[in-house]
Amino acid sequence: MVSIIQSPLVQHDAKQVLLPSPFHPRIEQHCLVKNWMSWNGYQTARVYDTLASEYFAIRSSCSVMDLTPMEKYRISGPDALSFLNRLVVRDVSALKPNRVTYVVWCNDEGKVLDDGTIFHLHQGEYRLCSQHHQLDWLLISSLGMDVSIVEETHEVAALAVQGPTAYSVLSAAGFDGLDQLKPFGILHTQLDGFEVMVSRTGYTGDLGYELWTNPSNALALWDALFGVKQRGLYDLRCIGLDALEMVRIEAGFIMPGDDFNTAETTVRAGHDRSPFEIGLGWVVNFDKPHFTGKQALLREKDRPIERRLVKLAVEGNKPPVDSFLYDGKKGRRIGTIKTQIWSPILKANLAMADVEYRNGKLPVQIWAEIYYQKELEWQVTWAQCRISDVPFWTHPRRSATPPQNC
Amino acid sequence: MKKYDAVVIGAGHNGLTNAAFLAKAGLDVVVLEKNDYVGGATVSRELHQGWQYSNCSYVCSLFRPEIYQALDLGRHGLEVVPLQGSATFKQDGDYFGSYHQPAVRRREIARHSKRDADASIRFDADLMKWCRLIRGFLLRTPPDPASFKPRDVMEFAYLLKRFYTLSESQIYEFIRFFTMSIAEYVEEYFESDVILAHFSGGSIIGTGLGVYSPGTAYVLLHHAMGDIDGNVGSWGFARGGMGSLTKAIASSFQSHGGELRTNSEVEQIIVKGRKATGVVLASGEEIDAQVVISNLDAKRTFLGVMDPNDLPADLLHRAENFKIRGSSGKLNIALDGMPEFPALPEGSSLTLGHMHFTDTLERLERAYDDWKDDRWSADPYVDTVIPSQYDPTVAPAGKHMMSVFVQYCPFEVEGGWTDAKRDAFGATVIDQIAEHSPNFKQLILHVEVRTPLEIEAEVGLTEGNIFQGELTLDQLMFNRPFPGYAQYRGPVKNMYMCSSSTHPGGGVMGAPGTNAAREILRDLGRRDSTPRDFGDD
Amino acid sequence: MTSAASKQVIIVGGGHNGLVCATYLALAGRKVQILEARDEVGGGASTTSFAEGYKVSGLAHILYSLSPKICTDLKLETAGLQRGAAIDTIALDRDGQHLTLGVDEASGAGLSQQDRVAYTAFKQEFRNYARTLEPLMMNKPPRLKDMDRTDLLTLGKLGWKLRFGLGTRSMREFLRVGGINIYDVLNEVFDNAQLKAAIAADAVIGHHMGPRTPSTVLTYLNRLRWEIHGQQSLPPGGMGQIANALSKAAKSAGVTIRTGAKVQKILIDAGKAYGVQLHSGERLDAAIVISNADAKITFLELVGALELDAMFAQRIHTTRSRGNVAKLHVALDSLPQVSGLSTQQLGQRLLIAPDMRYLEHAFNHAKYGEYSEHPLLEITVPSIADPTLAPDGHHVMSISACFAPYSLKQGWERQRESFSDKIIAVVERYAPGFSTQIVARELLTPVDIEAQYNITGGHWHHGEMTIDQSFMMRPIHGAAQYDTPIAGLFLCGAAAHPGGGVTGIPGHNAAQRILAMGAGL
Repeated sequence: MVSIIQSPLVQHDAKQVLLPSPFHPRIEQHCLVKNWMSWNGYQTARVYDTLASEYFAIRSSCSVMDLTPMEKYRISGPDALSFLNRLVVRDVSALKPNRVTYVVWCNDEGKVLDDGTIFHLHQGEYRLCSQHHQLDWLLISSLGMDVSIVEETHEVAALAVQGPTAYSVLSAAGFDGLDQLKPFGILHTQLDGFEVMVSRTGYTGDLGYELWTNPSNALALWDALFGVKQRGLYDLRCIGLDALEMVRIEAGFIMPGDDFNTAETTVRAGHDRSPFEIGLGWVVNFDKPHFTGKQALLREKDRPIERRLVKLAVEGNKPPVDSFLYDGKKGRRIGTIKTQIWSPILKANLAMADVEYRNGKLPVQIWAEIYYQKELEWQVTWAQCRISDVPFWTHPRRSATPPQNC
Repeated sequence: MKKYDAVVIGAGHNGLTNAAFLAKAGLDVVVLEKNDYVGGATVSRELHQGWQYSNCSYVCSLFRPEIYQALDLGRHGLEVVPLQGSATFKQDGDYFGSYHQPAVRRREIARHSKRDADASIRFDADLMKWCRLIRGFLLRTPPDPASFKPRDVMEFAYLLKRFYTLSESQIYEFIRFFTMSIAEYVEEYFESDVILAHFSGGSIIGTGLGVYSPGTAYVLLHHAMGDIDGNVGSWGFARGGMGSLTKAIASSFQSHGGELRTNSEVEQIIVKGRKATGVVLASGEEIDAQVVISNLDAKRTFLGVMDPNDLPADLLHRAENFKIRGSSGKLNIALDGMPEFPALPEGSSLTLGHMHFTDTLERLERAYDDWKDDRWSADPYVDTVIPSQYDPTVAPAGKHMMSVFVQYCPFEVEGGWTDAKRDAFGATVIDQIAEHSPNFKQLILHVEVRTPLEIEAEVGLTEGNIFQGELTLDQLMFNRPFPGYAQYRGPVKNMYMCSSSTHPGGGVMGAPGTNAAREILRDLGRRDSTPRDFGDD
Repeated sequence: MTSAASKQVIIVGGGHNGLVCATYLALAGRKVQILEARDEVGGGASTTSFAEGYKVSGLAHILYSLSPKICTDLKLETAGLQRGAAIDTIALDRDGQHLTLGVDEASGAGLSQQDRVAYTAFKQEFRNYARTLEPLMMNKPPRLKDMDRTDLLTLGKLGWKLRFGLGTRSMREFLRVGGINIYDVLNEVFDNAQLKAAIAADAVIGHHMGPRTPSTVLTYLNRLRWEIHGQQSLPPGGMGQIANALSKAAKSAGVTIRTGAKVQKILIDAGKAYGVQLHSGERLDAAIVISNADAKITFLELVGALELDAMFAQRIHTTRSRGNVAKLHVALDSLPQVSGLSTQQLGQRLLIAPDMRYLEHAFNHAKYGEYSEHPLLEITVPSIADPTLAPDGHHVMSISACFAPYSLKQGWERQRESFSDKIIAVVERYAPGFSTQIVARELLTPVDIEAQYNITGGHWHHGEMTIDQSFMMRPIHGAAQYDTPIAGLFLCGAAAHPGGGVTGIPGHNAAQRILAMGAGL
């Protein structure tokens, strides 16, 4: 009998529904409210304690989040670079070793399948991180190429350490050489005798790092970090996905599957989105060699796009959950809110919204129709919205090298 | 003598559905059934004391929720419990389980192929595209391509408009899906043998084609487009057996004042002056009615209960050539306890769903080769369910009822069926299951083996074809049952068809009966009591 | 680029379709160069010598489908085209009860009057269906969304022919049977098992299909449509003679033909083809490149997946194009003797297809990577009409044997001889003593056809002709109108609509498309 068991899980019945990450023994201790959800099949905390404490840990001190469930693929072989450059819409041919870049990739119709980051780990060796499962598409895209694609989600344990004191915390935990690590840079280093890869990347708009290591070192890594707190040096908090949702909208990052429908799961024609339609036209490079979706995207010049995903600030404090958007108060319906949060740091309602985009112009007057409750009584109100061209919030700390004032 | 508004021949689920909508619209309706029980092929029967066999159709999901709601079947006693996933056992002792829980489902596919786990996302989304499109056609009457009547032209325009909600590449992909074989279709997604086999099996159920025959990909929809409470492709079991479904429809029908007569076999439809005026029973009794509706399959209707002299010659020719080859058998088994399946982890939930034992496309295709040569498959594809695990009403406490659907089994075997051959057929199936369940044979208390011959004799499905006519392109949409007769109207005035021989075909869907009712009410100028499609969801 | 060299049109592959396409373009004033990897042009239409003094048509061995419009347009008769005398099909019977199937009439001792009448009616009816599809044939397949005027016209004509050309009754019937299998249709119409099998054979030869496979009505119509225009024949000198005529016509129209020039790569810059590179390393510039190669070679080898969208490349990769037919060439020291068959009759197209179950069983093996235990054979003895093909008194026999799958489980090298023996044993049963007459033999398996003719999978038609690989889905949608996602790259071979056979139509349609687009100037 040929063993074809590839899954990390040997026991494969339905009893254990969600997979534990390598950090799970610690996460379980820290997660006081046991508010779990599935992230790519992993048992992931939505909230550990209170949302507010987690949010402010990110914005004012230091937060730790388990990134292991993020899909990771190791890409290597002679054609690795040609493969990647044909996969994504951005030109990644100039990506140097130890650098990271943000990418999106499309299907033949130029509709976005997913976004992610490419890590150039060593010369000719890459890691692609994505939000959704992409192995099928990566293998389809590798037809006729000499490239190895290995899914390594479970083979790499990862933590995000983000916040103003992230640098200080990591230094106190024993990481050396981070002072010269620039944004989107990678540092291969050692901690207590095991290898850790540190990248200055994140999803928060602030100073932050991501740590990557073998799952066997996961608990040691965790303990090294939280030792800093135990020693009374810096505060440090685990954060769940709900807090992340707040900061990523503040920082203007989009979430495939929430802010727009990914092409692979789209059933109805026209419900998928091109990079231009989600405001990512800036990553599309028509001058580089052929990439999947290029011709379809070029054709968008003849048939201009009609919708755009925008960052929207909504006045007032009533949450514009799932709100319809109108051209002028009670005017024509022109869009919908996709995701939204209340930003404690800006004291504002922030949202990602899909709106009409006619003749290359965004609507001028946008009003949201908001339904909200007062002690179970539904109310309706209107709020004026403003499109933001830049992230709602970011901090110079994010890019200063060496890190300043932290 | 009493004259009914409508007489329906055959109390199968479509006949009852049709009658219920007519009665609901205020018509005086009688349903005539030859057996002493109602339900046709949708029945629960106590053929072994203490056990209720759903001895023909055994699971439901295709039954349209619109009809369920409109006939208020929940209040008439119908309870449908969803099945929990499915499994295919491999010859090497392993298995593949298809779970409903998304994370577990994904991980289990990945155990066989990581690539397939991701490909299943693409597969599910694509299948959903075709489901969405086809589902919208189910509760509609197919337009006649040869007609210039405004209604047909408008309907064509409507269908075209729906079709054009697809993008250009989706249009071609849809045509490909519609004309491809299931094996070649799934091979465009998956690589693991057991996963290929698992997702292909549904496409040959009830069908005289193999997994590599073009056109079978579409049949998958007949098994995948059903849903239970929005869970597309999931199957359910009617508590008390499938008879509960027809009992509920019958009850709904009676609550609208309908009359049900069992033991009333119809001998002939009376036609006077090219108009149907009633029926004659085998007993000689005549029943007059304004309209006569046949729930018999197209062959039985035109070659059985109608006088050839009343029919146009081309229709007779069509009826003779109607493809309705039986290809399926059925075993209903009373078990002394729950069989063990050692391949599964202890306490596995997979026994609650469908179980299959054919793990490669080649084995599926070879099963078909046997049928082509008028033999039952030496290594058949079976679909096994044990509903007694969650329905205590179908077997005594601690005992179990197993329903085994078998593909392929021919209507005619070389030299003709004998009792010995029927037993040998049953033994073939039991042996296959026993390979994966060591205590299975010892648990067997009673087996009912049904070849297409028994299905025909008892239920009246010609050649035992479960769809009342094969689901090939020549017998779909405006070709079903025959070109020019796809709008539920018969060749003589006041005569209608409402069986699965008409669009959209078989599966316990209720759609043919409903569509026929709509056409009849329209002709009679009565209020339409049939439900509208729920629409895109 | 404005240099003179850049203005030429390069055609990769000098098969019959490449020659046709080249000639049309040259006649329209384009400067055309054909690059052929082999030493001769013509592709599947060739004459080869397989033993000293014995010559035979290499791949295709019966001329039935060369479009008359193309013959006229390209003045092929002036270029020396000889069709040869029309031949019938004779279905052999072991007891000498052979059936002769003509265009309209079938005859034979075992045939009932009813079947004879039915045959005539059936052929007429099905030829009418074939006629209905005619607007689709000599044109680019229409797109089904964003149609241009040509597409609308094609669809309009098709609709008109369907509705008014056929009439209500035939239209209904066509819509009923069009998508199904020939087996069910023939069982409705005929009684005689041998007659049914002989007709069904036409639907399955060259395809990965048995009579019961849905799609076989379509493949049958595809073959039948040639009866609208002409008849089948054995061209004197073999099929190579057709290639010669096409080549001569091409040259006189000004086409340059280079043989022994195997293209390695189609050169592409910024999504546009600008030339080709040969295996020798030589590079040739071109205004446009037209590929007569099959879709897999064209896109996955010559273009390369890197220049294509990922799903497009994947769909090309998953097209089904594994050959199913082996060709056996036999040199004989005398004429084989089939009881009840005159020499004249022996010179017709002979079929060994006793009944449809025989064919279905033959096909069953192919599904599992085995060759047929009892193969379906299409036999010609071209040396009867053309004695120059063999030494005096000797003969050559050409046999297409189904089914011989490309991917044989045990591999062809080990089973080549056993399959040849099997074929010969089958013929022996009809022509006693046949095996003792054999002087030499040669078997071309699909693997050999692939190697010798540069066709992926050795597939006669450059890809299965099922509905999902036909019309606007041939080879795949997105490349079905002869132009491709690569600007300046076109398809003109059997991989494109309407597919295989020595028809010249893909070449014709591609040329029309290129001219309509104003490309290649």
